Amino acid sequence: MLDNLNLLALAPVLNIQILLDGIFIGAIFALAAYGLALVWGVMNVKNLAQGEFVIMGGYIAWYVGTLGIHPLFGLPISIVVMFAFGWVTYKLIIARVVEKDMFISLLATFGMAIVIQQALNLAFGPEIQIADSGLPTHSFKALGGSFTVAEIKFYSFLICCFLAAAVIAFMKKSRMGQAIRATAQDARAAKVMGIDTEQVFAFTYALNAAICGAAGVMISMIWVIQPFYGITHSIRSFVIVTAAGFGNLPGVITAAFGLGIAEQYGGFILGAELQQATVVGMLLFVLMWRQLQMRRHRQAVQ
Amino acid sequence: MMAVAEKSVEQDEVGKPTARRNYTANDIMMFGAIVLFGILGPILFPNYTFQIAVLWLMVLFAQTWDVMGGQMGYNSLGNIFFFGAGMYICTVTQIGLFTDVGAYTSSTDQGNFNFTPDQYYIGVAVGLVFAAIGSALLAVALGWIVFGLRGPYFAIGTLGIALAAGELIGAWEWVGGGGGIPIPVYPGSGDGKSFFYYVLCFASAIATFLFLKWLYSTRFGLAINAIRDDEEKAEAMGVHTLRHKTVAWAISAFFLGIAGGLFGNMTGFIEPLEVAFPTITFGIFMVAMALLGGKGTIWGPVLGAIVFHIVKEATWTYFLGWQWIALGVIIIINIVFFQQGIVGWLQEKYPHWFGIEVEGASK
Repeated sequence: MLDNLNLLALAPVLNIQILLDGIFIGAIFALAAYGLALVWGVMNVKNLAQGEFVIMGGYIAWYVGTLGIHPLFGLPISIVVMFAFGWVTYKLIIARVVEKDMFISLLATFGMAIVIQQALNLAFGPEIQIADSGLPTHSFKALGGSFTVAEIKFYSFLICCFLAAAVIAFMKKSRMGQAIRATAQDARAAKVMGIDTEQVFAFTYALNAAICGAAGVMISMIWVIQPFYGITHSIRSFVIVTAAGFGNLPGVITAAFGLGIAEQYGGFILGAELQQATVVGMLLFVLMWRQLQMRRHRQAVQ
Repeated sequence: MMAVAEKSVEQDEVGKPTARRNYTANDIMMFGAIVLFGILGPILFPNYTFQIAVLWLMVLFAQTWDVMGGQMGYNSLGNIFFFGAGMYICTVTQIGLFTDVGAYTSSTDQGNFNFTPDQYYIGVAVGLVFAAIGSALLAVALGWIVFGLRGPYFAIGTLGIALAAGELIGAWEWVGGGGGIPIPVYPGSGDGKSFFYYVLCFASAIATFLFLKWLYSTRFGLAINAIRDDEEKAEAMGVHTLRHKTVAWAISAFFLGIAGGLFGNMTGFIEPLEVAFPTITFGIFMVAMALLGGKGTIWGPVLGAIVFHIVKEATWTYFLGWQWIALGVIIIINIVFFQQGIVGWLQEKYPHWFGIEVEGASK
């Protein structure tokens, strides 16, 4: 562990490498976390199947790749498929628990997470998969060393920015986006004003699934996917939303980059086998920090 | 003090009357049936002794989860942490009393380490005591971290603790890391072993039940119910909420620690992710069982665990690889359509069975 710290001091170029990787991966975390913040803010459902949606999107891209088509074409397919999947899950399950106690929705989505990960395991096996983009990796020189940037990471970053801009524009300009924001502010008032909140909930949940699916496509190309990696992605989204608070887009983006960088550093310093523990450690850290914040106002985190 | 506790009927938050008598005739009948099954079970079905022993552990799981989830309204997803902690504490004690733990875990052939029968039994006894006390102390320590959290944050925070524990133990070579530890071998026949642990599991489940039954009839039981109904008001009425929450969690951890120590010895091999901290199996089972039976009742978790375990074991082999999916589907259906659970449903339908008198209702 100390050796790794030493290495960072001796070869400062490694810092650039870690920071860049952290930002590339953080952009994807921001997408998934924004989806969670949306569902949480609009319908007060804590979706523990968030990470499984991401992994599902990843498998769609990977599957498209195995058919001999470039996995990037999996992006539109994944968005459409996951949107439909989200809609169906909403109608089947979430619609019945939206009004209930929050723990019920948490558990129901946890049950969904188990079903999805086991189904993926049955369908594709427990091996770690990568959707190969076939794009080259470039090397740059700086600070007396060299660092590498895979072209696909750069493209995935651009796609993330584009998707985020598209979602924000949609929420600001479109009729449905306005309805979603109105429902988030006050569901009953929105209903009185003639908004079909049931439709809005279904759309929000499906939109979240589609965003996660898109994030998953990128994850499968620049990182790895595996049926049981979903829970870590869910926890990442929770860390980001808890740290930023929902309805706070700049906060979500900052927290996502912060988490991406912290995780890359954690993985480097503590060793790759503790990377998952780093994510969970971040969750506990953020929860404790929020508690200390709230304690000053003599309140609990709820 | 006791006058408050013995008041037989009171209203909870949804206006459902809750019984608080000590033992009704139904209680004694149920209890008798369970004890009878506990004694006759391994005699009638000797091949299933291990499975019935696991059934009693499941009963214990559901009951200890219900202390927090049902009676106090703190839904934990990470109680399995104490199960794993107890398992590791018990194993390390069993080995550490008589030999060097690091040498034992790093050895490739644990057969070189011989434990005499006396050493084995002393190891198990001391190990279980340490497991129980150690887990309870861990609960007290973790209470400082998580009890400022409410609702979903509490559930996710505790889930995080259980996941982190599995990862950290997996990286800790002294306790065997991800490779796990083979437990010292039972000095005797296989039948003797399963009988020995059967008795211990059964006794722990019964002890947990009797203790909780007594606990819920005391002032402490009322206080944790008050926390469930409205924590701010309870605090305003002078209930020291943090202390009550910590003690309640330590009680669940105490019994879960024993269960962990027993289960580790029964399987004979422990490792962090699948055996000690199985968040998506035992960790979620305990919640599902308590909900299936009806949370917040004394019999609910017991019945839920029995039904869940028997159905699971009876149908498991017929699903041919689909069992985990089926399990997730069962959990979803249970939660979405049947939230009040078996006992909750019976209470609504036949309140007089539970000694509840509903005003104006015809019997």
